[in-house]
Amino acid sequence: MRDKIAKIGAVLPLFFLSSQLSAQTIFLASGAEILPYALILIVAILILGAVYLVSESFVRMEARELGVDTAKNNFSILPNSNELFGGKVGGPAAGQNIIYLKKGFDINLEGAAEYTVDENASVSRFAVQPKNFIGMSPIPKVEVSVGDEVQAGDVLFFDKKNPDVKYCSPVSGEVIEVNRGTKRSIAEIVLLADKEMKYRALPQFDMENASRAELISYMQDTGAWAHIRQRPYNIVADANVTPKAIFVSTFDSAPMAPDLDIIIAGRGKEFQVGLDVLNKLTPGKVHLGLNAKDTDPSPVYEEATGVEKHWIHGPHPAGNVGVQIHHIDPINAGEKVWTVGVQDVATIGSIFLEGIYDAERVVAITGAELVQPKYVTTYLGANIGDLLANNVKGDNVRMISGDVLSGKKKESKEFLDFFDDQLSVIAEGNEYEMFGWLAPQSPRPSISPTFLSNLIGSTYTANTNTHGERRALVVSDQYEQVMPMDIYPQHLVKSILVNDLERMEGLGIYEVVEEDVALCEFVCTSKQPVQEIIREGLTTMMDQE
Amino acid sequence: MGLLQFLQKIEPDKKKSPFLHTLYDGFFTFAYAPNTVTKSGTHIQDGMDLKRTMFIVVIAMQLCYLFGTYNIGHQHFAALGEHTSFLSGFHLKLVYGLMKLLPLFVVANVVGLGVEFIYAAKKGHPIEEGFLVSGALIPLIMPPDLPLWILAVSVIFAVVLGKEAFGGTGMNIMNVALLSRVFIFFAYPTYISGDEVWISGIMKEGTEYMGASYGMIHGVFDWIFGGLGWSTFGEGGAAVIDGYTGATPLGLAAKGGWEAVTDVYSPAQMWWGAIPGSIGEVPKLFIIIGAVMLVGAKIASWRIMVSMFIGACVGGMLINLWGANPFMEVHWLNHFYMGSFFFAMAFMATDPVTAARTQTGKWVYGFLIGVVGMVIRVLNPAYPEGWMLAILFMNVFAPLIDYYVLEANVARRLARAKTSSAVGMEQAEPQLTVSEH
Repeated sequence: MRDKIAKIGAVLPLFFLSSQLSAQTIFLASGAEILPYALILIVAILILGAVYLVSESFVRMEARELGVDTAKNNFSILPNSNELFGGKVGGPAAGQNIIYLKKGFDINLEGAAEYTVDENASVSRFAVQPKNFIGMSPIPKVEVSVGDEVQAGDVLFFDKKNPDVKYCSPVSGEVIEVNRGTKRSIAEIVLLADKEMKYRALPQFDMENASRAELISYMQDTGAWAHIRQRPYNIVADANVTPKAIFVSTFDSAPMAPDLDIIIAGRGKEFQVGLDVLNKLTPGKVHLGLNAKDTDPSPVYEEATGVEKHWIHGPHPAGNVGVQIHHIDPINAGEKVWTVGVQDVATIGSIFLEGIYDAERVVAITGAELVQPKYVTTYLGANIGDLLANNVKGDNVRMISGDVLSGKKKESKEFLDFFDDQLSVIAEGNEYEMFGWLAPQSPRPSISPTFLSNLIGSTYTANTNTHGERRALVVSDQYEQVMPMDIYPQHLVKSILVNDLERMEGLGIYEVVEEDVALCEFVCTSKQPVQEIIREGLTTMMDQE
Repeated sequence: MGLLQFLQKIEPDKKKSPFLHTLYDGFFTFAYAPNTVTKSGTHIQDGMDLKRTMFIVVIAMQLCYLFGTYNIGHQHFAALGEHTSFLSGFHLKLVYGLMKLLPLFVVANVVGLGVEFIYAAKKGHPIEEGFLVSGALIPLIMPPDLPLWILAVSVIFAVVLGKEAFGGTGMNIMNVALLSRVFIFFAYPTYISGDEVWISGIMKEGTEYMGASYGMIHGVFDWIFGGLGWSTFGEGGAAVIDGYTGATPLGLAAKGGWEAVTDVYSPAQMWWGAIPGSIGEVPKLFIIIGAVMLVGAKIASWRIMVSMFIGACVGGMLINLWGANPFMEVHWLNHFYMGSFFFAMAFMATDPVTAARTQTGKWVYGFLIGVVGMVIRVLNPAYPEGWMLAILFMNVFAPLIDYYVLEANVARRLARAKTSSAVGMEQAEPQLTVSEH
């Protein structure tokens, strides 16, 4: 609203002066005469405003004494923001407290998964990759060797720095490879899965009488702990830390992102038990971020108990848990919060509910380069080649574990990352384009109105071309358009580049991880590697602790 | 794809001839968007790049170029009392204007890009697009008769000391185009200020003004036009019209207030731009169209434009309130008819590199340019215009403005942390005792 008014203001001089031209005889008070009146007007507005504020607070005080909820009801003669803009959202969120985010950008890519879940995908190989866990030493202690038979839930490896946290096998079967990366680091532990899963039987846990310490050690032994991540830095949760809150986002707003309602279907009980477990881990609240759209979110989320629900409305990155944290209970210096994905919550729940480590995953296979984008039921760390069998159109494609904004580039022999529930396949853009910067030969997503296809609002088949070369930062205000947080991303990036620790902390580095600034990198005219820089800054800060 | 293969074949060796390679790379990436793909981070990127951004700014200036070129010729003939109606003698005015403008444009760009290419080759980075816009802006803010060597020197000064010394495009502190102008303003003031420089081809002999004689190229065109039966340039050297001063509206206002201006120019004339002045600053409507294009394309900041307009209004009102001389009494609205306010607002103040980079900072930055510019315009005894100096002045202060905006952000974060830890203590304590036993 304010934006629109100011935009009209930008054109006003034109109307103002042209109206003068057409009517030269228009009455012109000189500045000397106008200024006193203007001052009187300003003073009058200030006095009226003061009267308004004082009277409104009197009404509020009265209401509090009478026991009326002052947060939910509006006592002002003016409508509050919810009443003004709340009309846009129908559906279940109507009437709730909604967090409206205006900044951001939805990239409409062709190739979102169709609403069919393929339960018979023949994925035979799975892997757990230690490098998925930020902060883990590159050579963890591997507990299995090639040729071993393991059950789902058997310990595969642990971090020597943090030996209590065990990382468990998502499937039962044979360990067929332990691949090493650079400097003898462990890249992946590959398992050939059985047709029928055999689960390690886990001891029953007495939730009622156990202490928090016992709960933590049980979760560490059973593999549940690896599913909890800690902010700042997005590292594996530190058991010595008491998080001030735990956050779960129940929707993903990234391009072609999976619908988390489909992903959780049929696992509602596990999800609820998982939330109950999380509730024991924090003295604060477990916050659930729900999508304030027109249609109902899954009842699993909407009817979840023991959590505080927050409805979020807006374009990507509204679904990012980091953005939700910022608006619900932001991370201040020295504070820690934990975040858990919805399927991870279900996995934790299955340990307590059924006594097994159930790493079943519904994965969305998406992208315009697929014959049929769809959902697939499989297990954590599925092989990408197996997932994509006979489903890719061309050769010149890029496979990405995760979404196209913050996922990792993968080969078909590699595996989905630990926390990812999406596989994106898009065309490589390694081709020259004649005058491509001036007259693009195919529509491409952009926040710039100079691309006419943007005005129509179509969907795109994006490729991996950078659409330009790297430059120094020239354009300002661009990151801010897609950053729905009270953070100045460009200045944060600059403070990281000059390694100014105090400034990084002051400008809010603790509140972001790569995915939260991914859109900034997407829109950057100068093609700066914003996510890489942010991770560099996070690593610097981590080393300081 | 034949052209692509040909271009790839003639690529010079980067080590043996870095300058040639830089030059080649500049032109190749102009013709073909490179085939680079994303490596880390986002896998797709926005279609916008710096070339496109800069090119759209240049497009937005084109109406000013068209009008400015023609207006050089029109002012010349109007001063001589020939073809006084705006459209009569169209071919003569256009040819005359082009013959003034093209050398300025060519020199500004050849010199400026030359410096850029040398630095790019030396530093081993690709040619950056910054000068695309600076090179298009510089001719527009110069008087038509500026000697070319002065232009060349000023461009070298602006690009080397103003930009490359700081690290190239995106790193400069002050607006490059304005630096080249301010260099002339201080080093060769008689070529860019006063009453005599704004109308092309008028000489002063003693106290008398008269038209300069035309050169050989004009003769060639005369031969063509004569053959077509059109009007011709003739010999030149004709006397100017009675009461000719060559003064711009602001020059008149500084001496005699608004009445002195309206005696010579009507408001409509000033609005449409058929007045003497720097080449591109005169057509107010066309500049506003360019500004609207830039705002619509989300390239220039509307915040700066709006706040600068408000600032100029406030500055004008304050000066009206003071009203110590006829110039101060010129109505604040009438100030928008005169001088280069709109050009400065649309193309100079909005330079994203040198302006404040935060949204709040932009409001402050624009507003202060408006006030300071108006103060310099009216209170400066030597030279009745202020936007160039005001913008350069605020360029220097833009990082300071941003600094305070960021400090406010840091302070907000600290305040939040304080309240949060106060609340957190109350909540956490009873829970912690439970978890310990």
